[in-house]
Amino acid sequence: MEALYAITTGILTASGVYLTLRGRTFPVVVGLTLLSYAVNLFLFSMGGLTTHGAALVGTSEHYADPLPQALVLTAIVIGFAMTAFAIILAMRSRGDLGSDSVDGSRTDREDPRENKA
Amino acid sequence: MTLPWIPLLTFLGVFVPALAIRGGRSVCALATAIAPAIVLGLVLFFYLGHGGDTVLRTSMQWLPTMGLALAFRLDGLSLLFLLLILGIGLLIILYTRYYLSEQDSMPRFYAFLMLFMTAMVGIVMSDNLLLLWGFWELTSISSFLLISFWSHETTARKGARMAMTVTGAGGLALLAGIVLIGKVTGTYDMGVVLDSHDLITASPLYPVILVLVLLGAFTKSAQFPFHFWLPHAMAAPTPVSAYLHSATMVKAGIFLMLRLHPTLSQTELWTVMVTLTGLVTLVYGAWFAFLKTDLKGILAFSTISHLGLITALLGLGNAQALIAALFHIINHALFKASLFMAAGIVDHETGTRDVRKLGGLYRLMPITTVLTCIATISMAGLPPLNGFISKEMFFTEVLASQQFGGLAWIVPLLAGLGGLLSVAYSLRLAYATFFRRPRQEPPKAPHEPPWPMRFPIELLVALCIIVGLVPTLPQSPILEGAVRATVSGEMPDFHLALWHGINPALLLSMAAIIGGIVLHQLHRHMMHFNRQFRPQDARYIFEAFIQRTVGFCQRMIDRLENGSLQRYMFFLMVVSVLAMGLGLADLDTLTGSLGQQTLDPVVALGAALLIMGGVLTAALHRYRLISLLMLSVVGLVVSLTFARFSAPDLALTQLSVEVVTMILLMLALFFLPQKTPKESGGARVVRDVLIATGFGGAVASLNFAVLTRDLNSISEFFINQSVPGGGGHNVVNVILVDFRGFDTLGEITVLAIAGLAIFKLLNRLRLFMPATDMEGRLWSDDRHPTLLMVVSQTLLPLALLVSFFIFLRGHNQPGGGFIAGLITAVALILLYMSRGVEWAQQRLDFQFQPIAIAGVALSTMTGLCSWLFGYPFLTSTFDHFHLPLIGDIELASALIFDGGIYLAVVGATLMILANLGKLTTAHRPNKEMP
Repeated sequence: MEALYAITTGILTASGVYLTLRGRTFPVVVGLTLLSYAVNLFLFSMGGLTTHGAALVGTSEHYADPLPQALVLTAIVIGFAMTAFAIILAMRSRGDLGSDSVDGSRTDREDPRENKA
Repeated sequence: MTLPWIPLLTFLGVFVPALAIRGGRSVCALATAIAPAIVLGLVLFFYLGHGGDTVLRTSMQWLPTMGLALAFRLDGLSLLFLLLILGIGLLIILYTRYYLSEQDSMPRFYAFLMLFMTAMVGIVMSDNLLLLWGFWELTSISSFLLISFWSHETTARKGARMAMTVTGAGGLALLAGIVLIGKVTGTYDMGVVLDSHDLITASPLYPVILVLVLLGAFTKSAQFPFHFWLPHAMAAPTPVSAYLHSATMVKAGIFLMLRLHPTLSQTELWTVMVTLTGLVTLVYGAWFAFLKTDLKGILAFSTISHLGLITALLGLGNAQALIAALFHIINHALFKASLFMAAGIVDHETGTRDVRKLGGLYRLMPITTVLTCIATISMAGLPPLNGFISKEMFFTEVLASQQFGGLAWIVPLLAGLGGLLSVAYSLRLAYATFFRRPRQEPPKAPHEPPWPMRFPIELLVALCIIVGLVPTLPQSPILEGAVRATVSGEMPDFHLALWHGINPALLLSMAAIIGGIVLHQLHRHMMHFNRQFRPQDARYIFEAFIQRTVGFCQRMIDRLENGSLQRYMFFLMVVSVLAMGLGLADLDTLTGSLGQQTLDPVVALGAALLIMGGVLTAALHRYRLISLLMLSVVGLVVSLTFARFSAPDLALTQLSVEVVTMILLMLALFFLPQKTPKESGGARVVRDVLIATGFGGAVASLNFAVLTRDLNSISEFFINQSVPGGGGHNVVNVILVDFRGFDTLGEITVLAIAGLAIFKLLNRLRLFMPATDMEGRLWSDDRHPTLLMVVSQTLLPLALLVSFFIFLRGHNQPGGGFIAGLITAVALILLYMSRGVEWAQQRLDFQFQPIAIAGVALSTMTGLCSWLFGYPFLTSTFDHFHLPLIGDIELASALIFDGGIYLAVVGATLMILANLGKLTTAHRPNKEMP
């Protein structure tokens, strides 16, 4: 099970990295989101994979590690804030520059009003 | 202890001028003088109390791990320099009052001056090497501000920049030297370092230390070949030159050599480097002082020359030479500060500093002429003034020096040459300015300056005469203390006197005087001779060097930073893969000692879904909507994964965040192109796939390596302390709101800031909105589906109730502020979606920004409240209550904190989504279409 978990994390990471290397804003944001899922899974597994572990004190002798869980919980919320900020920034850049590319060169060449219509 | 008050008071003096300027310029000057006057009184009080024999020390911890302490000392050496810094500083404040014109900002000038004074006081009083270095850099910065005071002039800006660059670079070398000293001695404490002469000189690092420290001292004290910044710093207002470039800043390097003399000297390397540098600087500076035509230029090069003299004495290093050096420091400060001020008066009155345009001033400004001439005689080293005595001591020492074996004659030769040249340029200065028949009328008709402006010069010149006639006067109170602090070993016996009888030094002096007079007669020929050389202006060489450096850096930056996110990501990813690869290569085996758990079909199915979703999200990224749907599959299965591996809180959070994220991305996609054009070439795709695979492979290996190894977690503490310490059974929640509450506070602050930033980004954003979808179909005109409307409206109270329940039970059962907040947000967003933003906005008549801010504020206040009860920030307290129907609930102060989290999450999430949603309804294209 551990091997499969690790492979899954790896593939999600790889997909996310591939997307962040694209030249347009939307795939980059989707890639960031995917990457943050992978990171959360990775962080979460740092406490080990516990089946039927207790989340509450006093219900069992067999606890799931609460520390990575607490870290990941806030990471999820912060990840949402980051995704939201990045996508709105992408929208703003499209609104102001008329382009959604992130490779730097294109926006300089294009007339900003061209795509606005 | 009152010692720290000395630098502190001068520092407080920085703020006085800005406050006092309302009372007028004279009041401002007077008020500025208060702090240095008090400090001077304090210093004298200390001195009278302790007689300069004992070393007063005080120390406060600052950064003990780095060896940095706020440590100050007051010994004889500090005392001598403090008297110079504060005494001449007070005179400069008076002089400045009359020097600055109405257009110049007086408070600004005084503030910079006081800052500089603080830095100098700090240097001479530091009892910790790192602290000394901090003040050292502060003098560079404040002198930059002072030199560039007339910042509208190019020469001022460039001169300031050059001074800053040269002395700043020297400062960095000094820091390196200090760090090495710390490495050898194990401390930066001055007292220990001063006793470590044998340890340091025996260390193999000694040559490096010495060169680095001397680089710092030579750049600051304008020693050849680092002297070139000083003449260009003459673009500063004259009070600055009189203060910084005669008495204080350039003496900082000398001070450093004196301070560290007990530690670093008495070696051949020290003698050779310091003596030779000093002698070369002495002759070089004097020669160019003779050739300069600008009054301040002459004085600047003369300063360089005299600093060389002092440096040479320090290099010789025996006790008598040190006494001569200390004595000359006082004398040079006295005559050079008055000469600079006199040059300022001439400039002020005639409108020029060019000696070629001046002449015959003795008839128009008789008093200034007399004062200047006395100071000039002292500078030339003629009897019966103070300059003569210290120069005689210098000649005595160089004649007695036994250095350099068979080449020993070179020392007195260079010294004599320097003496000769200084007579020549002094003569030239006085003759050309005051006595020569003027060749042209000066730009302004000169007359005597107001008396208070002349007073500082009168005082200093009087001191020159007094010290010259009665040289024993400063001996016992000031000099002896300074000598005691500098000379290692027993106190030498010395006697200052004007007349020592006819001896070799006197003969050398007389030869130098006669030679100087002869050379002055030949001045015109010398100038003619000098014209054969191509003028080398240090400024151009320096500027060209700086521009080449900047250009080189710019090219390097352009190569790295071209504005392409793709390139940055590429670098980032490649470096990360390499770093991870190196770490993984260090492992003995990938699989650890722990066995694997058996795979069950549900997990296998989940993994398959995740892999499929992830790969398809990437593969289909050009079809953005489909890619987004695949992403949501991943998100949902991730949330199930959390549930499967015993993390109910995470599952709940992930689920609700997933909903919000998807709505947000869908909304955003509405405004963005629906498809990504194909633009990456095959090679680019292959490259990116390779990087992604490498990265994913590394992460997977890392993850597997960790999962199969034994875990040594600190979580045991949290589990054990959760109930007794935090009063909750849900450990995750207790960690969030109690153990690691400070982190959580940071996180909700970030969330609220992100929300506010998005609110601003959406402000006045105009976007193209498509009237149709990708395939050209019009949007559905049923904008508020009845079914959705009914369901969402029914759900709202229910969802609010559920979120309240989840919020309350969060401490003991899965739940808490984050999850409750997200559930509330989702319910409200559903309402927005079904009814439209206008409808919802009319009924929810409030802004979300204040809610988010209130949430953060509430959490912060909860934390602050524990201060009221004398506990550290964010300490929580709790108790259990039994309520009918609801059952046993536990009220902890953490609950209020959690309430803050709840508000922040609801506020931030809705701030983001409602504002984005508003954009869609403002000018909807098919609003008018039926």
